[in-house]
Amino acid sequence: MKNLIYIAFLMITHIILAQQTPASPQTTSILITGATIHIGNGTVVENGAVGFNDGKITYVGSASAVDKNEFSQVIDAVGKHIYPGFIALNSTLGLVEIDAVRATDDEDEIGSLLPHIRSLIAYNAESKVVESMRPNGVLMGQVTPRGGSISGTSSVVQFDAWNWEDAAIKVDDAIHMNWPNSLKRGRPWRGEDPGLKPNEDYTKEIDGIIHFLMEAKAYLAGNQNPRNLPYEATKGLFDGTQKLFIHVDGKREITDAVNFAKKAGIEKIVVVGGDQADEVSGLLASNNIPVVVKRPHRLPSSDDENIKHTFMLASLLSKAGVLCSIDPSGSMERMNTRNLPFYAGSFAAYGMAKEQAVQLITENAAKIAGVDKLVGTIETGKDATLFISEGDALDMRTNIISKAYIQGRDISLETHQTELWKRYTEKYGKK
Amino acid sequence: MKIKLCILALFGCSLSLFSQEYFPQNDGVKTENSNYTAFKNAKIYVTPTNIIENGVLLVQNGKVAAVGSSVSIPENSVTIDLNGKSIYPSFIDMCSDFGILAPKEPQKSNTPQYDASREGYYWNDHVMPENRAVEKFSFEEKRAKELLDAGFGVVNTHISDGIIRGSGALIALNENTTNSERIIAEDAAQFLSFEKSKASRQAYPTSLMGAIALLRQMYFDAQWYEAGNAEGKDLSLEALIKNRPLPQIFIADDKLNDLRADNLGDEFKLNYIIKGGGNEFERIDEIVGTKASYIIPLNFPDAYDVTDPYMANKISLEEMLLWNQAPTNPKVLAENNVTFAITAKDNKKLTDFKANLLKAIAYGLDKTTALEALTTIPASLLNESDEIGTLEKGRYANFLITSGDIFDKETTLYENWVQGNKHVVNNMETIDIRGEYTLNINSESYALSLSGELEKIKSELKKGATKIASNITYQNGWLHLFFNPNGDADKDQFIRLSSLIASEGNLKGEAVLTNGNTTNWTAIKKTSQEKEKETETDEIPKVFPVTYPNKAFGLKSLPQQQTILFKNATVWTSEDTGILQNTDVLVKNGKIASMGTNLSASGAKIIDATGKHLTAGIIDEHSHIAAAAINEAGHNSSAEVTIEDVVNSEDADIYRNLSGGVTTIQILHGSANPIGGRSAIIKLKWGEDPTGLLYKERSKFIKFALGENVKQSNWGASQTIRFPQTRMGVEQVFTDYFQRAKEYSEQWKAYNALSSSKKSRTKAPRYDVEMETLAEILNKERFITCHSYVQSEINMLMKVAEKFDFNINTFTHILEGYKVADKMKEHGVGGSTFSDWWAYKFEVNDAIPYNAAIMHDQGITVAINSDDGEMSRRLNQEAAKTIKYGGMSEEEAWKMVTINPAKLLHLDTHIGSIKEGKDADLVLWSDHPLSVYAIAEKTIIEGAVYYDYEQMQEAETLIRQEKNELVNMMIRAKNNGVKTQAPKVKEDEAFHCNTLIYQLK
Repeated sequence: MKNLIYIAFLMITHIILAQQTPASPQTTSILITGATIHIGNGTVVENGAVGFNDGKITYVGSASAVDKNEFSQVIDAVGKHIYPGFIALNSTLGLVEIDAVRATDDEDEIGSLLPHIRSLIAYNAESKVVESMRPNGVLMGQVTPRGGSISGTSSVVQFDAWNWEDAAIKVDDAIHMNWPNSLKRGRPWRGEDPGLKPNEDYTKEIDGIIHFLMEAKAYLAGNQNPRNLPYEATKGLFDGTQKLFIHVDGKREITDAVNFAKKAGIEKIVVVGGDQADEVSGLLASNNIPVVVKRPHRLPSSDDENIKHTFMLASLLSKAGVLCSIDPSGSMERMNTRNLPFYAGSFAAYGMAKEQAVQLITENAAKIAGVDKLVGTIETGKDATLFISEGDALDMRTNIISKAYIQGRDISLETHQTELWKRYTEKYGKK
Repeated sequence: MKIKLCILALFGCSLSLFSQEYFPQNDGVKTENSNYTAFKNAKIYVTPTNIIENGVLLVQNGKVAAVGSSVSIPENSVTIDLNGKSIYPSFIDMCSDFGILAPKEPQKSNTPQYDASREGYYWNDHVMPENRAVEKFSFEEKRAKELLDAGFGVVNTHISDGIIRGSGALIALNENTTNSERIIAEDAAQFLSFEKSKASRQAYPTSLMGAIALLRQMYFDAQWYEAGNAEGKDLSLEALIKNRPLPQIFIADDKLNDLRADNLGDEFKLNYIIKGGGNEFERIDEIVGTKASYIIPLNFPDAYDVTDPYMANKISLEEMLLWNQAPTNPKVLAENNVTFAITAKDNKKLTDFKANLLKAIAYGLDKTTALEALTTIPASLLNESDEIGTLEKGRYANFLITSGDIFDKETTLYENWVQGNKHVVNNMETIDIRGEYTLNINSESYALSLSGELEKIKSELKKGATKIASNITYQNGWLHLFFNPNGDADKDQFIRLSSLIASEGNLKGEAVLTNGNTTNWTAIKKTSQEKEKETETDEIPKVFPVTYPNKAFGLKSLPQQQTILFKNATVWTSEDTGILQNTDVLVKNGKIASMGTNLSASGAKIIDATGKHLTAGIIDEHSHIAAAAINEAGHNSSAEVTIEDVVNSEDADIYRNLSGGVTTIQILHGSANPIGGRSAIIKLKWGEDPTGLLYKERSKFIKFALGENVKQSNWGASQTIRFPQTRMGVEQVFTDYFQRAKEYSEQWKAYNALSSSKKSRTKAPRYDVEMETLAEILNKERFITCHSYVQSEINMLMKVAEKFDFNINTFTHILEGYKVADKMKEHGVGGSTFSDWWAYKFEVNDAIPYNAAIMHDQGITVAINSDDGEMSRRLNQEAAKTIKYGGMSEEEAWKMVTINPAKLLHLDTHIGSIKEGKDADLVLWSDHPLSVYAIAEKTIIEGAVYYDYEQMQEAETLIRQEKNELVNMMIRAKNNGVKTQAPKVKEDEAFHCNTLIYQLK
């Protein structure tokens, strides 16, 4: 009997520990005043104020120049910092819940040319991992499928939603492609040396992708009968409504990818990863190709590399005139995406101004994802997706968030984790 | 038909075969030959140092009957006049697998095999001292010919499989006899290695450290068995005991494995002869320190094909340096007085062996040493100097006849005699026609140059300054040469020359002209231009200096302790004194000498630390860098293994960790089994060898593990046969092992209490390294750090420990520690956790970043660890997260990566804080050390600067320059026709708790 009660208790607490309820739409106007406002475009307003109503920003400027009476609610944030909600590009948040549990893994469909595979419909708006982004200021993400040559189509979502339709900020914003590697790994189980060696199929693999896109283009120009789902899904690439995110790291591969896009008539491309992008920064800058720079928290790609290269990459590229954001992908990427602000901070430590580092995950990310009209900066007319931090949000010591708004909605900063924290703090406190 | 052919072949062979005197003979009359063969007018290398300029070698019945400058030649002699040619003892390869087939591999299966396949032998299939090469050996004609052509007369062959491989057999490469004569010694040496048998699927050992532990236990078992303590029969141990007087050849194949083998040998007073890897020069001081004899391969890497700059750039400096420096390995060993033999074992082609031997000499290996390494040294290491290795009287008549100095490129090897039987390599009668000629034909004149090896002669033809393609063959005295006189490739019009060469000097013969007419030609030999040719021979390229380790960011010399005075720093003491502003810290003799204001010290290096922060070096309680293997997963307990056996001093992550201010780490065994292996606690003294890295004050630790990894939850569906598969079983593993360890100790205690007379009548307990280790835990001499996730199992392990009257020292990972923090406090265990990892597997669903703060608030000593070679470079940032998650004070947060892990490691009296008298392990930060913007500018261990941010940047520039220079050298090599290999890029695997790799290579 005692056990049964215990089990019942566990079940109840598990229900209690379910995800946070999405916040209701903004009904009263809000003014946050007295704070340092990090606009997201590289500038700062000291002692500023931000006002918003119906989910949109209505005022940004000096705290002394605003008429507080115009707002129903005024939040005093003197000494605090306001940032636009941070945006994680190339993320698999909501597609996998627990890495080691296959049943929770929906990030990688079988097949290789899959532009018709759409991440959005698998996005789990109730993921416990997603909600854990919010207390760190990461409020939006580009949810991206993995695997294959063309992995599929991503969408940009915000992180406080009942379902994927609610979550969507921009549906099917981009198609993602894994550029072939000119090197390949030896297969030790076949008696091969496990190191890297030239991939003799490199050209063939590129040709395969070009062939697919050319066929798709021809299909789209015709009567499209019978229907071909993969070809149809590439439409946006050719009419300029979708970007092609090319996941590519090597200097040679990046160069080949840029030439490929020109040949294929794809205007809007983005490099994701770009480990050696600094070696071809001129090419990228002159073609206005942005780079979603691999996170700094990774090991250098070779023993010979400057051991701080991964930390220097964003600054090297930015100085060369390349528009940059941050790619959080890699080992344990989902749960680690809450460290996105600290990735930016780490880039700042190695040759980048702090506000420029903020820009990486705000305005630049929004521009690259094509959502900069809505989000990315604290400017009037844009979504009131922003948060208040006790201090510098790029530094873990001071990234302490007291309030966060998505589209003006006052979202919960509780998570599965904070609830456990409180539960056990209370347990010990009661002793 | 096939069978018939075989019989024919056998029959054909047997006609010429030697037969023993007592064998019946049915194919003719019995004959005996006691004639002598006399070789006169030869320069005879009786030994590498005893050289007779013009002597006679007298051979009878396959042995040297006499040798000297005034040997009288008996009447019943066949006399061969060598006309000034040279005679050398033929070579010995003491590490060969000649004539032994590779073992049959068992059928593949996904289900692991934990038990041995054999009965009556040792419990581990990979231990096979009972194997004898002599029983598996069959004479391989083709391979024998290759070896003879390369100059070898005797090989010590073995079954190249397994950890203990049994005895090798010393075989003469005599083609014209039977094995009964060829076998010089049937058990010449015992072979060992770190590699498992391919013939068995038995899981243990799954790692290098498991192999070392296995060898160690096996030696203890042999001692115990020999003393008559065992109940049953163990044929393996009996063979091991029997093989003990033999030379013990340990195939280590790499500089660090050489040291590992030697360390193991020292424990059991065994002087292994170590087969090296060819990279011994990279750690020559340590190699000298082993005082061992070596067998050295000549496996110099080919130059990389660097014509593609993109690929070229991917080749590591380490690989390029090895290409540049490896040919110096024999020379460096010789200069350091290391005794070594040379083997052809690692040369896929024996022609490479010869080329590399000459290369080693070109790179400075003394010729006498080279000859010794191929003759007298292997003979003496095998205790066979009375039989082979020299041409002294009574030795086997195993010798080479050459045109001159055997280590000269131009020298021809004519014959290789083994046991008095001739093997022709190059026809001695062939007249040397190499030289420069003026070819006159059809009233045209050409310059003709003949060079290269006599049997594979090369021609170069020029008309004036124009090179003309030509083709030459020279065999059985006949020379054939054709060329297109117009030098026009489009027209198939050739002049064909031929000549039967009768003597040296001018050549003459017949020619068929392009029009088919026949005419005569002559080639007038130019007078000696030998000197000019010599200058043409390969110049030795620049050899780069070795660094420690020999790769990017390696050091030319190890950092030295300095007297350093930090002025005006913000000092984070990690002590009760807290954070001190504007403070000076003096470092002397590797210790913190004093702290205060306005300090001065004569001769000190002054570092202005104004605006900077000085902290104690970071300590990572849970690391897997700098190790060659991490998991021994072959058993559910592996307390017998220790990471100390496999510390890898060459890991780039050591340097990278320094760049994040880390100075001390505990390298933990992984989490593949409930009872893991013993830890290595090292200081990150980049450049030191593995022993030099071990912290001398280190305490004894062992890794335990709980949860999904130990019950193999994520290992795949076939891995379900090893106990335990549930958390319930995990508890029983611990209880069982501790109970057994307790009983084991009691057994020994009882046995040791016996009087010596009683002892002699009582069987001694078996010395068990695993049980010894567990007994140390029970005796509170060794501490457990346990990989742990969910609260149930955390609680369980504490209860098991309490039943056996000891405490768990540390729970590492301890993700649900916050749920049982009160119980942990009561038990007295510390926690070493991640700052914010979770959601990667089911058991970390409830992991929260507030864990550290809650445990700390409950009074537990808490550290933040990495378990990851990347994260460990920024543990300062990870510590800072405890401020965000749970509101730790900055001072307490900083302690979580300094004094707290020091406490957990029982090293807090030496490291972990800035206090007078403690080790001067310090980090100078550009900024607040908990800030994301902080950069470690200098990392100091025991007063020596091991990392400097600016020097790292300079080093990177230097790496680029060196690589560029090496690439140019490789291009030049390629243009000179040197063989190249396609670039392959080495990738190091980053180790975590669950990494299963036998040995990182």
